[in-house]
Amino acid sequence: MTFELADRVQTVPPSGIRRFFEIAEERDEVISLGVGEPDFSTPWAARDAAIASLEQGKTSYTANRGKRELREAIAGYVADRFDLGYDPGEEIIVTAGASEAVDLAFRAFVDPGETVAIAQPSYISYEPGVIFAGGEPLAVPTREEDEFRLTVDALETAGAADAEMLVLCYPNNPTGAIMREEHLEPIAEFAREHDLIVLADEIYAELTYEGEHTSIATLPGMRERTIVFNGFSKAHAMTGLRLGYALGPANAIGAMNKIHQYTMLSAPTTAQYAALEALDSCDDEVREMIDQYDRRRRFVLSRFREIGMDVFEARGAFYCFPEVPEGFTAEEFAEDVLREQGVAVVPGTVFGAGGDGHLRVSYATGLPELREAMNRIEAFVDEHA
Amino acid sequence: MSEREVLELLRENARYSTADIARMTDLEESEVEAVIGELESAGVVRGYKAVVDWDKLEDEKVRAEVELNVELDRETGYGDIAERLARFPQVKALRLVSGDYDFDMEVEGDSIREVSMFVSEKVAPVPEITQTVTHYVMTSYKEQGIELGDGDEDDRLSFSP
Repeated sequence: MTFELADRVQTVPPSGIRRFFEIAEERDEVISLGVGEPDFSTPWAARDAAIASLEQGKTSYTANRGKRELREAIAGYVADRFDLGYDPGEEIIVTAGASEAVDLAFRAFVDPGETVAIAQPSYISYEPGVIFAGGEPLAVPTREEDEFRLTVDALETAGAADAEMLVLCYPNNPTGAIMREEHLEPIAEFAREHDLIVLADEIYAELTYEGEHTSIATLPGMRERTIVFNGFSKAHAMTGLRLGYALGPANAIGAMNKIHQYTMLSAPTTAQYAALEALDSCDDEVREMIDQYDRRRRFVLSRFREIGMDVFEARGAFYCFPEVPEGFTAEEFAEDVLREQGVAVVPGTVFGAGGDGHLRVSYATGLPELREAMNRIEAFVDEHA
Repeated sequence: MSEREVLELLRENARYSTADIARMTDLEESEVEAVIGELESAGVVRGYKAVVDWDKLEDEKVRAEVELNVELDRETGYGDIAERLARFPQVKALRLVSGDYDFDMEVEGDSIREVSMFVSEKVAPVPEITQTVTHYVMTSYKEQGIELGDGDEDDRLSFSP
């Protein structure tokens, strides 16, 4: 027999990155700027704490919402860094990566047929997540002219006023865009006016350069309608440990926990010990990583400008989003530069509406490799453009 | 402020080109050169040297950490003794430290014999020095913040979302 696939699974296309994997496999000495995770390892103190917890045999489930101590540490951290006040007892849930938390939110708050507006280009999991939950994704494209910030204009044009929910991810993957308080205010007003739930994926919040991150949940009337997502993957370089969390009003987090307790039970215990130590003692390492990203960011932006490719001043995450030269689509450029020069970048089209004509370039790679990769891109552009 | 940033980059890798430092700091190349010039002339930056893993070379250098105890008198201070010792080219580092002994001295030579001779013939006879304890370096695991192991392979996938 063959398995009959559920419609909601069948309708989701495979990831657009797949094809590039295969090309990269065939070629030697590929420098990858296609990676969405840090090149640093988890700070040693956090790894050491994880090892110690294993040695002590701490390998059982934790409370569904995560270890109380960890939730308390998270509450302290988000209050201190982002001015977010959440009660560790009822308003925080620890999950297997922020991705799990986002999925929980779709399943907890979206009824079949309901519309979820998604600011794009953005992380590739939101659309499938909405579809798996039975909802209807609505792409809201952002534009380079606006430095890829979400605008009320874009929301209105896309028809987001009728949506139930709005998903935004700032600092943004893939563009590196950030939204300051003054840019978030009109979005918050729109959400209040049209009674939208807001999912704010702030996994890159720590990686904000030139100024501080503002969470939309801190704006008036927003806390009650917003779920904030964050985690340890990016700033604490813990991707493989799979640990994230969501912050929100008690009844919302309670609903997410209902799904979580039946499906995941609890986030990985070892990772929770690592996370606790990461919050406790790794601020200096985190700061050092952020400083490194910032230098690389400036380096890569400078090099693109020297090469003559248009690139807006990305101030967040570890990506920049240059425009491909005339005569190329994003897919063509990404494929050819990989085949000819062995540099892996991701075409912006993979990330949804508004991403065409652009490349996601990750600078989560050491400076020697970045320097070589930029030289190769320069050689490619000199030859073809 | 830019002085601090440039210094940090030089400490990270003194071989960064002026152009790369300029790109990373958003300074002009000429400004970077000026900052480095100031750091050098003010004596903040005293030199640039390679961090070497001697285990990778055949003609390995012999290195030793030597603990020195001294007895001061009215005419002789730590600075006087240090000045005298630091002049020997075999002495690669010399620091006054707290704890059980006074000076921590790094010595380098081509053979154990050479280093031993140096300590016994040049250092020990200094009148103020009352005791020397020589520790030969057997293996070095980390030098100036750089781990000397084989390094970790980047095992990340070439593409990830």
